[in-house]
Amino acid sequence: MTDTTNGAPRTTPIQSATFSNPINAEIRRAAATGIYDIRGGGAKRKLPHFDDLLFLGASISRYPLEGYREKCDTSVTLGTRFAKNPIKLDIPITIAGMSFGALSGPAKEALGRGATLAGTSTTTGDGGMTSEERGHSNKLVYQYLPSRYGMNPDDLRRADAIEIVVGQGAKPGGGGMLLGQKISDRVAEMRNLPKGIDQRSACRHPDWTGPDDLEIKILELREITGWKVPIYIKVGGARPYFDTTLAVKAGADVVVLDGMQGGTAATQDVFIEHVGQPILACIREAVRALQDLGMHREVQLVVSGGIRTGADVAKAMALGADAVAIGTAALIALGDNDPKWESEYNALGTTAGAYDDWHEGRDPAGITTQDPELMQRFDPIEGGRRLNNYLRVMTLEAQTIARACGKSHLHNLEPEDLCAVTMEAAAMAKIPLAGTDWYPGKPNTSY
Amino acid sequence: MQILDMAEIELREMNATLHAQAEKTNQTAWEIVNPRGAHAIACGLDAPIEVTVKGSTGYYCAGMNKQATINIKGSAGPGVAENMMSGTVVIDGDASQYAGATGHGGLLVIKGNASSRCGISMKGIDIVVHGSIGHMSAFMAQSGNMVVCGDAGEALGDSLYEARLFVRGSVKSLGADCAEKEMRPEHLEILSDLLERAGADAKPEEFKRYGSARELYTFKIDNAY
Repeated sequence: MTDTTNGAPRTTPIQSATFSNPINAEIRRAAATGIYDIRGGGAKRKLPHFDDLLFLGASISRYPLEGYREKCDTSVTLGTRFAKNPIKLDIPITIAGMSFGALSGPAKEALGRGATLAGTSTTTGDGGMTSEERGHSNKLVYQYLPSRYGMNPDDLRRADAIEIVVGQGAKPGGGGMLLGQKISDRVAEMRNLPKGIDQRSACRHPDWTGPDDLEIKILELREITGWKVPIYIKVGGARPYFDTTLAVKAGADVVVLDGMQGGTAATQDVFIEHVGQPILACIREAVRALQDLGMHREVQLVVSGGIRTGADVAKAMALGADAVAIGTAALIALGDNDPKWESEYNALGTTAGAYDDWHEGRDPAGITTQDPELMQRFDPIEGGRRLNNYLRVMTLEAQTIARACGKSHLHNLEPEDLCAVTMEAAAMAKIPLAGTDWYPGKPNTSY
Repeated sequence: MQILDMAEIELREMNATLHAQAEKTNQTAWEIVNPRGAHAIACGLDAPIEVTVKGSTGYYCAGMNKQATINIKGSAGPGVAENMMSGTVVIDGDASQYAGATGHGGLLVIKGNASSRCGISMKGIDIVVHGSIGHMSAFMAQSGNMVVCGDAGEALGDSLYEARLFVRGSVKSLGADCAEKEMRPEHLEILSDLLERAGADAKPEEFKRYGSARELYTFKIDNAY
């Protein structure tokens, strides 16, 4: 490129890495509207993740199992510490809490159907328990949230487990959000709110303020339910060692740990992208807390936040988890962000795979909406079948890896089966960098 | 009168006995003695029985109550009658924090004072306090009625939805989006009924009504273009 007046070479225009086009576009959007960006989903930034770990597989010192014949068990029992009726699941992949309100009734039904077919549990959300969800879920975990929308003792006793939600990975320290477009008559009635308002859920529980109070709250819930069902405590990936320690101290049967890749129905983008830790950095710290208390495997650990494949399941379990939970992946299995709706995504100013304005209630796939016409596009029976297929594939993938490592149960996977391919992953997961016996921060090493 | 002595039986046995009372039980009158500040006393009841607690209670007494009438002959710890669905809970003494939190229905009467966050996130419950209430009461209160015969502390009704708040005395300050509102005949009627049911010696005309200014109901967006 040359100057048109004197023919001298010109400098090439360079975009700022700091003031990039997406950053500048957001500045302009903020200046035009005066409101922060609200969206659904989890962190979109690139983070150290399970992809940065590899399994070593069998060798002379490790004896593999026959891929298609030898048994590799996948069952898991959650809530063995205090509950009379722990939850027994066929597979260690559960469905995470997602609210009726954020999701349509048929979508919640499909999650129940798919989970039941696969022999696992599903979970309510911030909107209370719907009859279609209870009816189609063989194992249903009832979330006990700060908002207490729809909370009542009858549903509490109809649940197979109670999950006290302290936080979630997408927004540790933040409450829920459901904008007016999705506050339909039914949603408004279940939440006891005026129709059409922009609803903001509380970020902390109304009647307890710390771990000592929480211990008494758990006592109350156990008394109301006759000590029958397990009580989970869900925390976002903030301070996993201390949060796990305090959850166990408060009397949890199960700790659910959600990393920052975990999705949400709607919250501020700045919250999703800038608060919390990636799940890879959280698991070993939570396991260390359980081990320090002598509670590893006594109090079960369920991890979530970016679980997509059987390899992710196997890696999470090798790091010490007892089970995992999926949310965003389950929605994609149902049909969320499917390219078959590309023209409609384009009309909304986005594209398949990037659509995250779930709060607007205009989901072309009919999943994250309360619009009657859009909801009709979604078939809960077909959705349930797809989710079941996906869960089965993930299970088969995890078994494939476990057998290759010589494990007759997914729970027998261990950190020694892994290596890391990046320094960051090595440090976060406390797994040796490939080709070495070292990770950053390893005790008794000098660097 | 059936007597449950907490000096002799454990909390679990006490609650299990009360939970076992069905809709048509003949044993409708119960007395709990020696509560000694225990937590979770008489929580999760679901039968039309009358329970008198002879002493003060710890956290979450009468939590999630349905149908039952529970009378505490002492003071109550935090979260008394939390998430109550129906029935009546009467406290002769004072109540600690979060009294009636998230309650969906029924009547909670506090004959003494209530501490902070009384009626937080209430969803249909009626609360009558003969004395005064502490700060941040009725925070995010969604529906139902709160009647305060004494004074209210700071930030009354912060982020209020559609609950009605009636205060006879002074209000130290109103929370965000809480405003004084006109007292119309239907409100005087509600007040009159609640004062009578709660045995409170006050006249409806002496109260002021507070409610949501509804300014926080939707995000404000500057449509500059």
